[in-house]
Amino acid sequence: MAMINEPLYPIAVLIDELKNEDIQLRLNSIRKLSTIARALGEERTRKELIPFLSENNDDDDEVLLAMAEELGVFIPYVGGVEHANVLLPPLETLCIVEETCVRDKAVESLCRIGAQMREQDLVEFFIPLLKRLAAGEWFTARVSSCGLFHIAYPSAPEALKTELRTLYSQLCQDDMPMVRRSAATNLGKFAATVEAPHLKVDIMSMFDDLTHDDQDSVRLLAVEGCAALGKLLEPQDCIAHILPVIVNFSQDKSWRVRYMVANQLYELCEAVGPEPTRSDLVPAYVRLLRDNEAEVRIAAAGKVTKFCRILNSELAIQNILPCVKELSTDSSQHVRSALASVIMGMAPILGKDATIEQLLPIFLSLLKDEFPDVRLNIISKLDQVNQVIGIDLLSQSLLPAIVELAEDRHWRVRLAIIEYIPLLASQLGVGFFDDKLGALCMQWLKDKVYSIRDAAANNVKRLAEEFGPDWAMQHIVPQVLDMINNPHYLYRMTILHAVSLLAPVMGKDITCSKLLPVVINASKDRVPNIKFNVAKVLQSLIPIVDQSVVEKTIRPCLVELSEDPDVDVRYFATQALQSSDQQMMMSN
Amino acid sequence: MKGGDEEVATPAGPPQPLDWKFSKVFGERIAGEEIQEVDIISAIEFDKTGDHLATGDRGGRVVLFERTDAKDHGLSRRDLERTDYPISRHPEFRYKTEFQSHEPEFDYLKSLEIEEKINKIRWCQTANSALFLLSTNDKTIKFWKVQEKKIKKISKIIADPSKAVGNGNVASSSNSNSPKPFPTNGVSPDRSCNHLGNDISFPPGGLPSLCLPVVTSQETNLVARCRRVYGHAHDYHINSISNNSDGETFISADDLRINLWNLEISNQSFNIVDLKPANMEDLTEVITSAEFHPAHCNMLAYSSSKGSIRLIDLRQSALCDSHAKLFEESEAPGSRSFFTEIIASISDIKFAKDGRYILSRDYMTLKLWDINMDSGPVATFQVHEYLRPKLCDLYENDSIFDKFECCLSGDGLRVATGSYSNLFRVFGCAPESTEATTLEATKNPMRRQVQTPSRPSRSLNSITRVVRQETLGVDANGNSLDFTTKLLHLAWHPTENLIACVAANSLYMYYA
Repeated sequence: MAMINEPLYPIAVLIDELKNEDIQLRLNSIRKLSTIARALGEERTRKELIPFLSENNDDDDEVLLAMAEELGVFIPYVGGVEHANVLLPPLETLCIVEETCVRDKAVESLCRIGAQMREQDLVEFFIPLLKRLAAGEWFTARVSSCGLFHIAYPSAPEALKTELRTLYSQLCQDDMPMVRRSAATNLGKFAATVEAPHLKVDIMSMFDDLTHDDQDSVRLLAVEGCAALGKLLEPQDCIAHILPVIVNFSQDKSWRVRYMVANQLYELCEAVGPEPTRSDLVPAYVRLLRDNEAEVRIAAAGKVTKFCRILNSELAIQNILPCVKELSTDSSQHVRSALASVIMGMAPILGKDATIEQLLPIFLSLLKDEFPDVRLNIISKLDQVNQVIGIDLLSQSLLPAIVELAEDRHWRVRLAIIEYIPLLASQLGVGFFDDKLGALCMQWLKDKVYSIRDAAANNVKRLAEEFGPDWAMQHIVPQVLDMINNPHYLYRMTILHAVSLLAPVMGKDITCSKLLPVVINASKDRVPNIKFNVAKVLQSLIPIVDQSVVEKTIRPCLVELSEDPDVDVRYFATQALQSSDQQMMMSN
Repeated sequence: MKGGDEEVATPAGPPQPLDWKFSKVFGERIAGEEIQEVDIISAIEFDKTGDHLATGDRGGRVVLFERTDAKDHGLSRRDLERTDYPISRHPEFRYKTEFQSHEPEFDYLKSLEIEEKINKIRWCQTANSALFLLSTNDKTIKFWKVQEKKIKKISKIIADPSKAVGNGNVASSSNSNSPKPFPTNGVSPDRSCNHLGNDISFPPGGLPSLCLPVVTSQETNLVARCRRVYGHAHDYHINSISNNSDGETFISADDLRINLWNLEISNQSFNIVDLKPANMEDLTEVITSAEFHPAHCNMLAYSSSKGSIRLIDLRQSALCDSHAKLFEESEAPGSRSFFTEIIASISDIKFAKDGRYILSRDYMTLKLWDINMDSGPVATFQVHEYLRPKLCDLYENDSIFDKFECCLSGDGLRVATGSYSNLFRVFGCAPESTEATTLEATKNPMRRQVQTPSRPSRSLNSITRVVRQETLGVDANGNSLDFTTKLLHLAWHPTENLIACVAANSLYMYYA
């Protein structure tokens, strides 16, 4: 062996650490596998490194996961696609391990490699691997095999294709529910590669098996396959084969299956076309909207806008709207909340008249809901209605709702409404805001909860951005600055925070004339916490104001603070001074 | 009566009573030896194949045993399951491994000590050679993987930090070739491997001086790793965990709630049953045990302290506060006493393998229920009838609250449960069977056998109901009953007539 010289040494360590006791070091080495491979060269990577990795299959799951991922992009390091097959054995063993995430990653990497492999190599190496896995003794191998068919199938010769279809159909009837679930999940991908005649016969019969499975968990996944398969089939086949299944599923005994249907139904409408949608899917959807199980209604209510978008407005008004009315008074708050989060989107679909006539009463009743989430969801989507009917019709009910949320005893609710204030302000306009909401914004600055005061300070800044410095000068700044005299130091601190946020928005003139004096004044505060926050704020003001102001006003104040008896005040003042020095050096 | 087809086809009489023989004991006590509290076994469970047995103890340890006799058949596991002929030799188990599953904890929020005692163990689906199991104490469920790992010894090391750190080019080939003891590498703090970017260029043929570590020794040892911890979901003590047949979910039950988990997701669970009343003073019953149906993934049963079993269907709704079926025995009029409700409390339920029958244990009896008949049990076996006059004493010393477990044989023809004085009882539940055996968890199980199985007295209203009176007289033989030695936990092998039962810290196995 030749001498290991200096630049090689780190690589030698990396290689040794593939077998280190410390998992972090092993992980580190595996992540640098490509470096090791390049150091070894292509041939030795193929002949030594890959076999070495294949042996390493009982390592910890984290290491195996990293290995599965690295091997997926390893083709260049083993000498290109003509040698890609050497990567299959280590990944095959990883397809059998117990940990789901490792298997999934190994399958993903195998797919990636398979997609690049030459056709004859696929037949010679990839398909035998697939067959071994599909016939594996342990269910983990069979689970993994389901995700590989769509790569192998297109390259297979005719006889093999028949065999692969038979294999897949066996997997769909496996003893283990885990295997059947994997077969159901991957059916759509596999089906996309199968020729049309076989699709109608073989794949549909597998699909049929899965839709009749005893295990809810398998049928659930078959629902997901419906939309994928539906898009592959000709519309008339889709109507003949998929539609009845979906209608059946929408009345399944298990609420979890119905829940899935409620979530996916709108996707199917596109596949089957308008006529069957009208005759079959709309009634099915209406049934789901009126389901006994709240979870199903939640899912259905959450999709009401997406579903209506596919229908014409007439159908929506006729069939869906009555259900929406019922849902708006549903006994479950979660159903109402789900409805409230999407219902505003129906306004553009129904048009102005129908919105005013039909939707507005629902909005208003949801705005008065006893459950804050429902009201918040309505308010958060206000812009969508505004575009259709304007805000005036709503503003009467809006204000009490906002005020009530603003004073809710749960601070998280108050926090949520503060987040929406800039949106509300932009929708409602300056006039409305000045009259009604301005006072609220100031009130939040004096909230008992820190998160609210923090959000309120941010809100003040966002309002200044929305309405501009001039407006802010009139309606925000004086009120905010007034509060610097609050007897409680925590409130004074909030104001300092607000000032530091406002300054960049207001520009240097207002900052120098209005904000800075207040901050300088606060440096005389008796509470050290205020003083060192003054230092921090001053530091943030330095880039905004002119150099002369820094010299004349800010630095003297900071120098004074840097001689404060309190250690923290001195620390932050010194920090600010240093940053101002740097600033000066840069500008010079 | 049993669901199995072959049973219906054979018109022959009931199976002969089994002749139980001692097989093995683990952790046998020497006379006079004091039992350590932590060594007392508190949970026991066979896996689905019957190749493994797990016990958990009050010290939070889980001990695994493996079957030794079936290994050398040369048949795959599947073939073994299909063999109809009985294997001549009886199953034998040996110690496999053990690990510390739970440690004592302290809940600082509630100022509550959490014992490490294992309440339940359940085996999960095996994958590869690794074994998986769930174990739980009062609050926290853990998912364990037990796997054989190769012990790796690295014989060749190429990078020698001692040489490279000081003066890199002194490192000679002779030094780096010599085998170094493991693990001298990887400890040098100033390694620079992190500076290796992909921009370093290597010669196209690679660097011949590098070589891979060579692994020599290939011994294996068993390693148990905790893969997931499912915690913070129970306000009360967990009494049961049970795997679903779908292989991806399980339930955990405490006194008032049942939660549904996905095995892969440890940070959330769904509450499916909640008995907690708005006002705790309105509380009238608690959940005592819960189990999934062995085949139908949507069905589960739970028992209550009022003596009822509820079957719920997860398909019906997300919150299963309303049951699909209720199994309850109407109490005989006039028999009510202070103890009626206490002794009605069900301590354990088990589904039979075919899923049609449920076995329940209350303080006095074992009851077998047909899930298609909710009017009453199809059979009742008296276990503790002789204790009825002593209920007052038992209440005084809290024994009346002892929670005895029960089990069914794999063929569903027999049931078993424990009792006091380290006794356990096996009953035949096939029609016409009069089998009722009492065994003692010692090396000589038949010592206490009382050979007087009386004819079953048929009750008037239903010919299928069998009530067997037992004449295990306390002690017709003058033996005094010992309430401190109770046999609470036992398990029946899933395919063979083998019972594993627990007497304090000892595990006894009997075969027939």
